[in-house]
Amino acid sequence: MRISRREFLKRTATVAGTTLLGGSTVAHAYNIEKHDPSIFSTGNTANERNWKVWVERSKTPPVHEERYGVLVDTTLCIGCRRCEWACNDWNKNPNRPIKEFEASVQHKKSVFDEVRRMHAGNFTVVNRFYSSKDGNPIYVKRQCLHCEEPGCLSSCFVDAYRKTQKGPVLYNASVCIGCRYCMLACPFDVPAYEYHSALNPQITKCTLCYDRITKEGFVPACVEICPAEVLRFGKREDLINSAHEKIRNNPGKYIDHVYGEHEVGGTSWLYLSSVPFEEIGFRTGLGETPIPELSKGYLFMVKMFEIVGAWPLVFAAYYAISKMRNKHAKGETQSSEKKGGGHG
Amino acid sequence: MAKKPNSWVRDKLFLGMEFQDYFRSLFTPANFIAVAILCFAIPAMIYRLFYGLGPSTNLSDTYPWGLWIGFDILVGIALAAPGLALGTAVHLFGMKEYRHFVRPAILSSLLGYIFAVFALLFDLGRYYRIPYLLGWSWGFSSILFLIGWHFFLYINICLIEWSPALFEWLNLRKAREFFSKLAIWATIFGVIIAGGHQSALGGLYLVTPGKLHPLWYSLLLPVFFLLSAVFAGISMVIVESTISHRVFKRQLEHFDHAKFDGLTIGLGKATASGLFIYFILKMFDLAHSNTWGYLNTPYGYWFLVETLGFVLFPALLFTSGARNQNTKLVRFAGLLTVLGVILNRLNVSVIAYNWNLPASLRYYPKWTEVALTIGVITMLVLAYRFIVNRMAIMYDHPAYESEH
Repeated sequence: MRISRREFLKRTATVAGTTLLGGSTVAHAYNIEKHDPSIFSTGNTANERNWKVWVERSKTPPVHEERYGVLVDTTLCIGCRRCEWACNDWNKNPNRPIKEFEASVQHKKSVFDEVRRMHAGNFTVVNRFYSSKDGNPIYVKRQCLHCEEPGCLSSCFVDAYRKTQKGPVLYNASVCIGCRYCMLACPFDVPAYEYHSALNPQITKCTLCYDRITKEGFVPACVEICPAEVLRFGKREDLINSAHEKIRNNPGKYIDHVYGEHEVGGTSWLYLSSVPFEEIGFRTGLGETPIPELSKGYLFMVKMFEIVGAWPLVFAAYYAISKMRNKHAKGETQSSEKKGGGHG
Repeated sequence: MAKKPNSWVRDKLFLGMEFQDYFRSLFTPANFIAVAILCFAIPAMIYRLFYGLGPSTNLSDTYPWGLWIGFDILVGIALAAPGLALGTAVHLFGMKEYRHFVRPAILSSLLGYIFAVFALLFDLGRYYRIPYLLGWSWGFSSILFLIGWHFFLYINICLIEWSPALFEWLNLRKAREFFSKLAIWATIFGVIIAGGHQSALGGLYLVTPGKLHPLWYSLLLPVFFLLSAVFAGISMVIVESTISHRVFKRQLEHFDHAKFDGLTIGLGKATASGLFIYFILKMFDLAHSNTWGYLNTPYGYWFLVETLGFVLFPALLFTSGARNQNTKLVRFAGLLTVLGVILNRLNVSVIAYNWNLPASLRYYPKWTEVALTIGVITMLVLAYRFIVNRMAIMYDHPAYESEH
């Protein structure tokens, strides 16, 4: 029932996009954006499950854990979308048969026709771009980048996020009020929201499979299924070194930039590309300043103002009160002059 | 039925009329319009509560904040600054001639904040968890946390500042005296608290450098928001007092027109200096971030409409009005300034936000969002009128006149 409605909406959207609006890609994208079935998803359990794993683990005395991450070589991706399927499967998000995911790359009309983003019911999407060098398609997987200093974490007013030692940024749905400020603060537009839940909406996002990677020998679901060795899970330091090595050893193949090494203070996910990153859907020019730093200075100023600036104001008030008292003491009779009536 | 409570209800609530007469007196064109608006707004609220934000708004993962934050909170709180502006002037700087503006200003601040928070509850996904913010889970690194706490504190401060009027109405002399003494302290903390969160509302957007248009994004956003809230507050006093002097004429028997006009011009002067400082800071900011190039784009023209048409122009009008003692011009400039602040807040939160998205992906509010916003404003006006008609807001209470 639910599937058939989704299918119906999807088809309606495609028809509207192609016939009514003359197939304009932007209008098409808009219709899909409005009717993407994953938008309607509610009741996500993966984020909560991963949070509980973290709570459980943090009860034992802390041991030093290495930072992990994933290196994505976008030049190798074949667009099979199996990572999307595996992610949905592991995280119990609404899913379709894996064949349908694999088929997108061959179909003339497919989900690749528009640039997608993550929604309530999917933590990762693969988008297609065309290379400015040779015109070949470039497939780019998108998900939470798990910042070293996350903007979502610092923006959350109920402290619902944690940066774990291992790397994943986790979200605690049980305190979330649903203000959606983290969505504003995320420079990569990652957190999605269950807009179609009336009572218990929550943020949903990739957890870097914290529940898997904390077990010996397990890698994130997307990494495990990738058939083209696009994704490599490992220690962040090692990944950075091997990324630079790849750039050095293959002159002309990659641009000399590892996206995520320094962006907004560094991220757990790292990307290699053959074309400038803005051409494959990345926001560039973000700088190396972590997002939390942008508000830290201001917060400090406000606190200083409120603590330091408060005293002169308090003295002024005291002065005003004592002046008033003196006036009262000098004679109540003077107050009779103030009978001007009402203004204001 | 006992006689005593009956007469209390009649005197205090029904303006001294019998219930039937009072009920009949409610059939006015203004009330009819208010009810018509609420006929849209209340279903919109119910729709939101039962079906969630998805069906009831145009918000999306790319536009997590829309009209309810942009207008109800950012605009609403800026326009609820009269209490801050006038409270400071009268209680701290001792400008006693503006004494009669203070009570209406504080009442509009109090109601402005209460209704802004009321509207916010519809925007929050899990509104019933709002107490978590105060006593359960504290996000100290968040600017929104600062705002949440400051709203809570400031509403209490406004309640204390307003309570003398309440106790005069209830004839509780002792309570009134006690809270009158507290009021000066409340004002002091009000200045600190209001200054903190007015700037913090601008600070919210410090974390969105990639999303907010460079002409609006600035490290000075908190300063811009605070400064514009101050002149918005004073302009609101000009606009509000002009309107309420017409509506509540009956209450103003000893009203001195010449003095009122003089004071209005004084307020105009204060606004003008605020506007000039703001304009100069904006220009410095343009030069500092070197975003001149954006001025020759559609967003640039829109920016110029805002800064020239709604900041510099009213500043010049105020100056001219003050020089020529032209109260009408000052009032018009006050209205322009208020509109300018509304435009600025909507630009930051909606229009210049996600500016690099194609037009077809842009957010525009759904009818339910507009209906709820207008409905909340209507409720605010009704509450304001209800209180002003019953309590000594516009005039000194005859029984307490000597104590002011």
